[in-house]
Amino acid sequence: MGLRDLTATGQIAAIRAGETSSEELVDAHLAAIGADDVDAFLAVDAEGARERAREIDAMPERPPLAGVPIGIKDALSVRDVVTTSGSRMLEGFRPVYTATCVARLEAAGAVVVGKTNMDEFAMGSSTENSAFKNTLNPWDHGRVPGGSSGGSAAAVAERQVPWSLGSDTGGSIRQPAALCGIVGMKPTYGAISRYGLIAFASSLDQVGPLARSVEDAALLLQHMVGRDPMDSTSLEWPGGIVAPTATDLSGMRVGVVEELMGEGIEPGVRAAIDAALGTVEELGGTVVPVSLPSALSGLATYYVLAPAECSANLARFDGIRYGPVAPAANLLDQYETTRGDLFGPEVKRRIMLGTFALASGYYDQYYGRAQRVRTLMGREFARAFEQVDLLASPTSPTVAFPLGDRTADPYAMYMADVCTIPVSLAGLPAISIPCGLADGLPVGLQLAGPAFSENALLGAAHALEGALAFDTRPPGLVT
Amino acid sequence: MIDDETVRHVARLARLRLSPDEEKVMREELSGILEHIDAIRAMDLDGVPPTTHVITLENVVRPDVPVPGLPREEALREAAHATDEGFGVPRMD
Amino acid sequence: MSACEPVIGVEIHVQLSTRTKMFCGCELSFGDPPNTHTCPVCLAHPGVLPVVNEEAVRRALLIGLALGCEIAPRSIFHRKNYFYPDLPKAYQISQFDIPICGRGEFRALREDGSELVVGITRAHLEEDAAKLTHAGGRRAGAAESVVDFNRGGTPLVEIVTEPDLRSPSDVALFLRQLRQTLLFLGVSDCSMEEGSMRADANVSIRPVGSHEFGTKTELKNMNSFRFLERGIEAEIARQEEIVAAGGRVSQETVHYEPDTGHITSLRSKEESHDYRYFPEPDLVPIAPDPAWVEDLRTGLPELPLPLRQRMVGEMGLSAEDAEVLTEVPELVAYFMEAAAEADPKACANWIRGELRAQLREAGVEPWQSKVTPAHIAALVGLLDAGTVTVPAAKEVLAEVIASGEEPGAVIESRGLGAMDEGDLAAIVSEIVAANPDQAQQLRDGKDKVIGFFVGQAMKRTSGRADPQSVQRLVREAVRGD
Repeated sequence: MGLRDLTATGQIAAIRAGETSSEELVDAHLAAIGADDVDAFLAVDAEGARERAREIDAMPERPPLAGVPIGIKDALSVRDVVTTSGSRMLEGFRPVYTATCVARLEAAGAVVVGKTNMDEFAMGSSTENSAFKNTLNPWDHGRVPGGSSGGSAAAVAERQVPWSLGSDTGGSIRQPAALCGIVGMKPTYGAISRYGLIAFASSLDQVGPLARSVEDAALLLQHMVGRDPMDSTSLEWPGGIVAPTATDLSGMRVGVVEELMGEGIEPGVRAAIDAALGTVEELGGTVVPVSLPSALSGLATYYVLAPAECSANLARFDGIRYGPVAPAANLLDQYETTRGDLFGPEVKRRIMLGTFALASGYYDQYYGRAQRVRTLMGREFARAFEQVDLLASPTSPTVAFPLGDRTADPYAMYMADVCTIPVSLAGLPAISIPCGLADGLPVGLQLAGPAFSENALLGAAHALEGALAFDTRPPGLVT
Repeated sequence: MIDDETVRHVARLARLRLSPDEEKVMREELSGILEHIDAIRAMDLDGVPPTTHVITLENVVRPDVPVPGLPREEALREAAHATDEGFGVPRMD
Repeated sequence: MSACEPVIGVEIHVQLSTRTKMFCGCELSFGDPPNTHTCPVCLAHPGVLPVVNEEAVRRALLIGLALGCEIAPRSIFHRKNYFYPDLPKAYQISQFDIPICGRGEFRALREDGSELVVGITRAHLEEDAAKLTHAGGRRAGAAESVVDFNRGGTPLVEIVTEPDLRSPSDVALFLRQLRQTLLFLGVSDCSMEEGSMRADANVSIRPVGSHEFGTKTELKNMNSFRFLERGIEAEIARQEEIVAAGGRVSQETVHYEPDTGHITSLRSKEESHDYRYFPEPDLVPIAPDPAWVEDLRTGLPELPLPLRQRMVGEMGLSAEDAEVLTEVPELVAYFMEAAAEADPKACANWIRGELRAQLREAGVEPWQSKVTPAHIAALVGLLDAGTVTVPAAKEVLAEVIASGEEPGAVIESRGLGAMDEGDLAAIVSEIVAANPDQAQQLRDGKDKVIGFFVGQAMKRTSGRADPQSVQRLVREAVRGD
């Protein structure tokens, strides 16, 4: 077993036990990135990472994360490191500040080795919308890693970094985690500061961890949660995040969302989920069916609200203060050419959709209604959590699909998020853990809890993870 | 579901230049998506208030105390056309 | 063609004189080199978020309370979306249908004493745009305009009135007195010239007696109350002409050129905007604590109109005194301090009269000079007691301005005290005796000659004689002969 096979927690322990150093770890991971088969990274900062590793190794007292390397989704600003959000609109852009969540991890001793690939401006479910390149699924290089945090997921699955940060708006951490056979979590909305996260849909976006164990995910969360004066929507987090230790689920009531277990879910996925639910019962949990009727309207609601917010969030990209700019005869020409040329097709589609949904004459029918469906959804979740402690469903209706399979039909691609979207609309925490294989490809089980239930959620996920004993090593991976 | 005129109007509102081909494709794709989204127009939402924020925070403010900003070189650094006089913009017709 | 009346409403943008911007901690400044007060937030870099300035909220509440507005128990921010280089996010964070301040009312006082009541529709918080300057285009291929983001993000309160104004002069009156109120609140510098107060007018006309509204046009970017007044006059005339010729007024933005007096329509250059308002997801609602709002209400300074009414009604000042003394809060404070210790009317006279006149040359305001309100009160007291005459008091004042010494001390050291009655009578007798012809003229009824005697007495006494006493003593002396 190599260093890279240790989880991040394992690597921290090894460093503290004197078995390895941050520099050695960083070197080992940089080498893996260099030999990269899956194209997970857009930018690698080898020099910066090594320097920081040496700094940490030289400290008399090691910070909590001990100098373990991490990958950061390119949607997060890192000062002076090229940050593109997967778009040509930000090609070559170097931020003048670092995102709060990244700064907190760096202060805790994480070493940023590079920025990972993603769907452009976080819009997509396969990372095929990246303006620069595709990322491949470590389990099958002919398939997608999921999206939009596909690079972050693939990098972790391929063991190029033990953990990474992604962002999740409608499933963009959880779905790629599921497709790549790793753990991915979206916390309660407001748990982690969004300052420095290049905005897609402000009322839905959240930063979250991707890792090979629930314990690792919890550790990253622990060092990021809490109020940030730079983000008005960030929450106090008294008590913090506790390292999960549970090994059983006695007393836990787990509700299976009926609407997310029906047609549209692949048989192989269904079977793996059923088996996992069996394990829940073996661990002492009770599994009951639960109905969330509005879950079926989730996709429609999301695809009004998210594009509407993104149409405003992406309006700042005009080439005047940063980014490339198109040569133009006049201002209008500059706006239209720059934005027309540098945004990819999916981004343009969503900007158009969002602008339409907010336009006069259409607001009430689309945006206005979508906001009200959101209220309904929140109420249904609240009622459900009076009956159960956690909700379970597949994370993704299918396993990883082949590259190019869904790029011709936007709505087919949108369907990938049908299980993850409702929880995002309600602002609730959810985690995806790998629970089995279907046709040799990973299946993710999604567990969701009420707002602020991270500790309970992580505990349950940890217990289940232990019992499922899923091997996160993709076939053929050499470490 | 959505006509050419609307596509052009929305593209102008969003300051996106679409080629005639792109316009055509956009119209088809948006129409297709809107067909799916239309489900929410049929829902009974009587008396249901909109959610503007999922969190219940209020009154998040900061004190009126200056915080150091960017030195000018950094403020201008990433811009393609900026001088000490400001960020350059082409003429407005 | 029946007679028409103008119907005017005004939108005022007030830049708050806080230390920092509305949504970030950049320091507000004036006149510094371009782009030296910016940060990622006000430059709208990717990934940034706004955070509300608490002092801006407090000042918005003060404005609302002073205007008698309903204070919203909970208000939210909205995004107002449009593209322009001075708006870096391509949306302005503003307030739409749930503003912090609702309906209110402003009372202004016309010169003839009548009251002008203007309904206030609302007042809300928003951020100012940056500064777009059209460059000289010296170099070929150079950018035609440049943007300076120093001003971008300055807190604004937008005040919207009901269409209650009926004349351009009323508009100017309302704006002047509103400005005064805002100065009293200490929330803004309120300078039209510097742009910290901007007013746009919505103008329409309708037949007298009608209760319907005609089509309104918007007159923008006037940088003084006078120009706005003239612009409104010109726009009313333009609309009247159109209607008289049988045409219809179009809804548009108009521009008034003060130099030529021309009104031009900007319609062809501006498309009507679809702002696509939606609630700002990056900010949470403002729900001010009712106890705090009540504290602010009771803590409001006395506002100009009630203050003036009190000065006239209770302190015996004239309406004009009151108007002058309430020009700026500093002058009010100065006067009030003096009036607390001596006769208010006399204090008012001396402050707005001799003191300001003497200070004008130095270009200094009373509260910036060495003359304290206590000095004024002391001087008034000494005058009242007859210790000093009016002419001498003016000299004493000049000395106090120069040295800051107590009036009493100046009188002593410079020997400016009023003359003893007995000594004065002796001097008067001497003068009368020395001028028998004039004395005779006076006896004969040529009363004007009294001036000669007063002049002589003033010369002899270096101004220490009180002219009224001199007159009395001269008449007595002349009679006595």
